[in-house]
Amino acid sequence: MIFLRRLLYLITLFCVLHFVGVVPANAQSTTYAITHAKIFTLAGSAIEDGTLIIRDGKIAAVGATVEVPQGAQVIDAKGLQVYPGLFDSVTQMGLSEISAVSATVDSSETGTYNPDVVAATAVSPSSEHIPVTRASGITQVMAVPASGGLDFFGGRGILGGQASAIHLAGWTIDEMLLKKSTAMVLNWPQIETETFDFSTFSIKEKPYTEAKQEYDKQVNELTDWLERARHYEQAMEKGSVAKYDRDLKLEAFAPVLRGELPLLVFADRARDIRNAVEFCDKQKLKMILAGGSEADKVKDLLRSKDIPVVLRPMLTLPDEEDDPYDRLLSQPAELAAAGVKFAIASFDNSFARRLGQNAANAVAHGLAYDEALRAVTIYPAQIFGLGTQIGTLEQGKLANLIVTNGDPLELTTDVKYLFIKGQLTSMENKHHRLYEKYLNRPKAQ
Amino acid sequence: MKISSPLKAVGRRSLFLCFLYLLCLLYLPYSSNAATPPDTAPVILIQNATVLTVSHGAIEHGSILIKDGKIAEVGQSIKAPKDAQIIDASGQFVIPGIIDCHSHIAADAINEGSVSVSSMVNMEEVLNPEDIDIYRDLAGGVTAANILHGSANSIGGQTLVIKLRWGQPASKLPFEGALPGIKFALGENPKRSNFSIPGQPRRYPTTRMGVEETIRAAFTEARDYKKAWDDYNKRAAAGEKNLIPPRRDLKLEPLVEVLEGKRYVHSHCYREDEILMLLRVAKEFGFKVRTFQHVLEGYKIADELAAAGVGASTFSDWWAYKVEAYDAIPYNAALMTRRGVIVSINSDDAEEATHLNQEAAKSMKFGGLSHDEALKLVTLNPAIQLGIDKRVGTIDVGKDADLAIYNHDPLSAYAVVQKTLIDGRVYFDRERDIANRAEIENEKKALAEKLKKAAEKKPDEKKPEAAGQKPAEKKPEEKKPEEKPKPPAPTPTPTVDRVGGAL
Repeated sequence: MIFLRRLLYLITLFCVLHFVGVVPANAQSTTYAITHAKIFTLAGSAIEDGTLIIRDGKIAAVGATVEVPQGAQVIDAKGLQVYPGLFDSVTQMGLSEISAVSATVDSSETGTYNPDVVAATAVSPSSEHIPVTRASGITQVMAVPASGGLDFFGGRGILGGQASAIHLAGWTIDEMLLKKSTAMVLNWPQIETETFDFSTFSIKEKPYTEAKQEYDKQVNELTDWLERARHYEQAMEKGSVAKYDRDLKLEAFAPVLRGELPLLVFADRARDIRNAVEFCDKQKLKMILAGGSEADKVKDLLRSKDIPVVLRPMLTLPDEEDDPYDRLLSQPAELAAAGVKFAIASFDNSFARRLGQNAANAVAHGLAYDEALRAVTIYPAQIFGLGTQIGTLEQGKLANLIVTNGDPLELTTDVKYLFIKGQLTSMENKHHRLYEKYLNRPKAQ
Repeated sequence: MKISSPLKAVGRRSLFLCFLYLLCLLYLPYSSNAATPPDTAPVILIQNATVLTVSHGAIEHGSILIKDGKIAEVGQSIKAPKDAQIIDASGQFVIPGIIDCHSHIAADAINEGSVSVSSMVNMEEVLNPEDIDIYRDLAGGVTAANILHGSANSIGGQTLVIKLRWGQPASKLPFEGALPGIKFALGENPKRSNFSIPGQPRRYPTTRMGVEETIRAAFTEARDYKKAWDDYNKRAAAGEKNLIPPRRDLKLEPLVEVLEGKRYVHSHCYREDEILMLLRVAKEFGFKVRTFQHVLEGYKIADELAAAGVGASTFSDWWAYKVEAYDAIPYNAALMTRRGVIVSINSDDAEEATHLNQEAAKSMKFGGLSHDEALKLVTLNPAIQLGIDKRVGTIDVGKDADLAIYNHDPLSAYAVVQKTLIDGRVYFDRERDIANRAEIENEKKALAEKLKKAAEKKPDEKKPEAAGQKPAEKKPEEKKPEEKPKPPAPTPTPTVDRVGGAL
């Protein structure tokens, strides 16, 4: 049995490598026809025995009665299923390789205000995380600066920089880019009465009043900073900036003030979320909430202000001891019922491949299956303004899609074929290579 | 009225007391709803379930009869004895309770990081039965856990196996008769590669060479110490008078127990070379390593592990969080299993423990283990590794009735635990948990209201912001002398655990 599986695996691997080469394929465009598949377009009901045509990087046609064009490379997907590739909308992909080794980490710049730094600049196209993540069916991610993860070095600042949407394939960052700047990271200040002190390895408590003062100071500074940015933006409009010293940080914030770039606001506790919403409302800034561990406690506010949420993994324990043990697991169902739009993301790098698992756990706790699927495909695309390009299987959209042998959220499902920008892309990675190598280690003496 | 006095003090600590009180409320319904008092196990019949026995396949529409906390019968149709509590598990799946071979829950402290040989400290002395993570893991089907010291030291503290008897005092948590253990740690954590404590000089060892020498030095001492006691006991037994016994050494005593096979060694490790190093040292001193923990490069030396007869307890798919985890692959469990190693999947984390069933399932995708083999990774195999497989780990007559009941096949991301039983008692019941929530919420609101009123009576102090929020912190010097200081709330901060070297 195991031998057969292995053989099957090798054959599949050989086929895939045969037609793709080891790494992302060259730009030579092949037309593909995926036939006899059950196609979950997420833009209508599933097509039972459908055909999907890929041409010039895009979906050329999809439906039950689509003709296979001459010369197309046909993938007979009988018994298989087609879905849009998964979208992990908060990660440190390419920005962090080994989180404990600072030389390999570029995820958080030092200092408090860094609106001018852009994730795409530091994404390493040869990060081992990219093919490993890709193999789990994720075809594009958001690389988000100052977004946490297993980052031992702390210090995320307030304005963390600009997030970039990237395809998980490409020889250079230019080939990988889906959109260079999708959101401005704002780490909302917290009232922290407990902090971990590395010098004594213990939790340090701070009086509330002191913590509140620090918080107020940070918010006041941020307000002042925005005021300066606003003046600067007005000066830019009037063309008077050229007369003075340019300020790249203030300049970088202008698209946010013009409403062209949303703020991706990291906040988890209900109080912090409320404060952040109130702030953005007052400042008339477009807000996307990120984290949102306690979003369900302020769901009506989020709904009334039409603020979408990128939720951190459901597989996280609640902060409060007396919260229901499954509060984060059932939160997506609660938010959906309240009409809050949300995406689910890994907020990590090496755990990105748990994206589907997290969404499935939300389903196990009451979220409608279709909503879970959308929360890792079309919703993140829409939240970040990419909904017309990606996220569903519709004619004209980028062909980022997966062909699987089952439910892409389930733990045991295999991705059989994966397309990024219309290219059949290898799922071979470091983990496969080590597996093959040590599977074939001769028996030790 | 008991709660009114802590409520007078407006502060984080008093809020913590409220939480403790709420925790009691959380627990109380369990004991009061139970059909029998906690010291008498009820007779329970679980019916109509898919019973995944782990030892002898699956039984469709199966039943399990529980008497005196033990499994009395397993089969297709069992007649309900009079007065038996019936659990109708139609469409549900029963598995042996999950055993987590690497946990840090229920502990007030994890690392005694001041010395690199801290064998004198014992996790049993810092057990905290009120740690909410016990309940949360119980809700994930976990019934027993190996509570380990952290990995800051080459030789860490003494460890023990507990059952997750939520609501019982600390003295009732230990798994009766389970051999105690001791934590060892190799590689980056004991040599402190990824952090340093500001203002403190670097501590020996700082290399893998030094880690080996630290362990060898400790066992050299332990061997001499054992000899001194053996000599003394021999001469005393021979009737020699006026003997002076050797001076007791609390650091070396547990190591002597290791040499005598009375204490298991559970060694944290990552890289293949350091694993083989410890096997050599163990051979030199004549002791056994019981399990390698994490052992993320175990797949590279699976034959050597199998030949040494050691267990491997690993993660499902963690990788790249440090250099020694960069070659970690999700195929580790399957590759080691195929070469004859007894493998378990552990959590090292209170949250991860809540879905170990899912983590085990990944070994079917990565490496092609069978359903049964995957399930063993979190049931029978950890039981074998901890030497408790005669008591738990499978669903067989005579074993402890430690069971987890799921609404779906547990090797799926869609499965949710419905009930968890330990010693034949229902310690977690999802329905009951959900039913109690409104009541708990009301209690919380009432307490917050009282807290608010208490604050209003003291105009010199700040009012709490709103119900359910953290109130203004009282300044330490305002603390009344009669108020007993309370331990800080066990805040679940995974990063801390990770940096603290639990990982």
